[in-house]
Amino acid sequence: MIHQYKNNGYNMVLDVNSGSVHVVDDVTYDVLSLLDQGKQEEEIQEALKDRYPAQEIHDAAQECQELKEAGMLFTDDVYEGAIEMFAERPTVVKALCLHIAHDCNLACRYCFAEEGEYHGRRALMSLEVGKKALDFLIANSGSRRNLEVDFFGGEPLMNWQVVKDLVAYGREQEKIHNKNFRFTLTTNGVLLDDEVMEFCNKEMGNVVLSIDGRKEVHDFMRPFRKGAGSYDLIVPKFQKFAESRNQDNYYVRGTFTHYNLDFAADVLHLADLGFKQISVEPVVAPPTEDYAIREEDLPIIFEQYDILAKEMIKRHKEGRGFNFFHFMIDLTGGPCVYKRLSGCGSGTEYLAVTPWGDFYPCHQFVGNEEFLIGNVDEGIVRTDLTCDFKKCNVYSKKECSSCFARFYCSGGCAANSYNFTGKINDVYEIGCKMQQKRIECALMIKAALAEEE
Amino acid sequence: MKHIKTLNTKSLQNTMKKGGCGECQTSCQSACKTSCTVGNQSCEHTK
Repeated sequence: MIHQYKNNGYNMVLDVNSGSVHVVDDVTYDVLSLLDQGKQEEEIQEALKDRYPAQEIHDAAQECQELKEAGMLFTDDVYEGAIEMFAERPTVVKALCLHIAHDCNLACRYCFAEEGEYHGRRALMSLEVGKKALDFLIANSGSRRNLEVDFFGGEPLMNWQVVKDLVAYGREQEKIHNKNFRFTLTTNGVLLDDEVMEFCNKEMGNVVLSIDGRKEVHDFMRPFRKGAGSYDLIVPKFQKFAESRNQDNYYVRGTFTHYNLDFAADVLHLADLGFKQISVEPVVAPPTEDYAIREEDLPIIFEQYDILAKEMIKRHKEGRGFNFFHFMIDLTGGPCVYKRLSGCGSGTEYLAVTPWGDFYPCHQFVGNEEFLIGNVDEGIVRTDLTCDFKKCNVYSKKECSSCFARFYCSGGCAANSYNFTGKINDVYEIGCKMQQKRIECALMIKAALAEEE
Repeated sequence: MKHIKTLNTKSLQNTMKKGGCGECQTSCQSACKTSCTVGNQSCEHTK
């Protein structure tokens, strides 16, 4: 299976199953299209005779044949059996999303946690519950050494002392059990101060700083509870924080919605503020919400991704490039095929923990009791749910089998699927289309930057 | 090659042999939290 497309003047060809990416000239692009339809060279010569000299067509076909023989074009999907065996393996828990505070000092309109409360009551995680969660993680992590813990919310800085105490507890326990905790923090910045920054720079492998972009966009979606905007308060603090981390190991992380479909301007605004690690992602919301992304928004969104990609190339060439999380693709050392095809690990390797110690398959399921999977005292109770989540992978979704993007999204997000289809093992089509577009842009950027070398 | 420029030489098939150790980062712990972004993660062994 190949995927070919034209973008920004480049003829791109992705050989889906090997992951090989080729930039080709016009004659090869057309030859490949016909080869993909199963045509032989005589037929191709006939079909293209008015457009290219016969020798050119022949040479292009020869090069395609060489790549095919080298396993870089028209390769088969040889992974299905291996992934099914891989999915049967006993899994370990390797990451927890700790809901340190089900409370928030902002009232963001699109919050899937409903102002931090997750359809429930306001609550802060106690140190005792947090310790039990870390103990559970250590005990269920098997031989895996690196353990990830994200301090999430609501707003985790509303329960900051417990965050610090849990980090101290984790550091103590990792020595005893030969583990390595990687802590991360997601914050809206309202309570961010020098003390928090200093602590995070010492202890947190990554910090995610929530900001949506331009002031009017940010303040509209991310107001305080009484309605005032939060942009002016957080921007200088985030800038200082990013600098203090040497512009690395952090993300400014925004959400775009139906109200700012021109989100490329928001990404570039964040870049203009000096941020180098940027992630701006589409809102995930039921279609009934006014701010939800709709099918008819897609052409505008695609155009925005194109605008952004071109501007990123330009800025890179000018020496003022930045990273955009959704365009990051590692063509030389990315994840192995098992990782690429076996799903995100929600409900198996990754669990969310509520302030009172309940487990959910991931942060997006928190509050939906159908998905209450266990707790810190009893461990995993609903093994039937674990099995369902374990089966979420690329080969369990028929749409993925014909999709060129399947090695990059891993079959998509189970929570997105559930929100839109009522099943965890389906696909969220609007999300798929955006993902496909982002991959096309990301590969084109690679082609453009390779030209410089 | 005259007509084709290949941007990468590492094939996904090769990662079948040594892959699957599971030490890599969980995708939602990176930045996303609302999407499944795996292709941009790095392998623990190539860091």
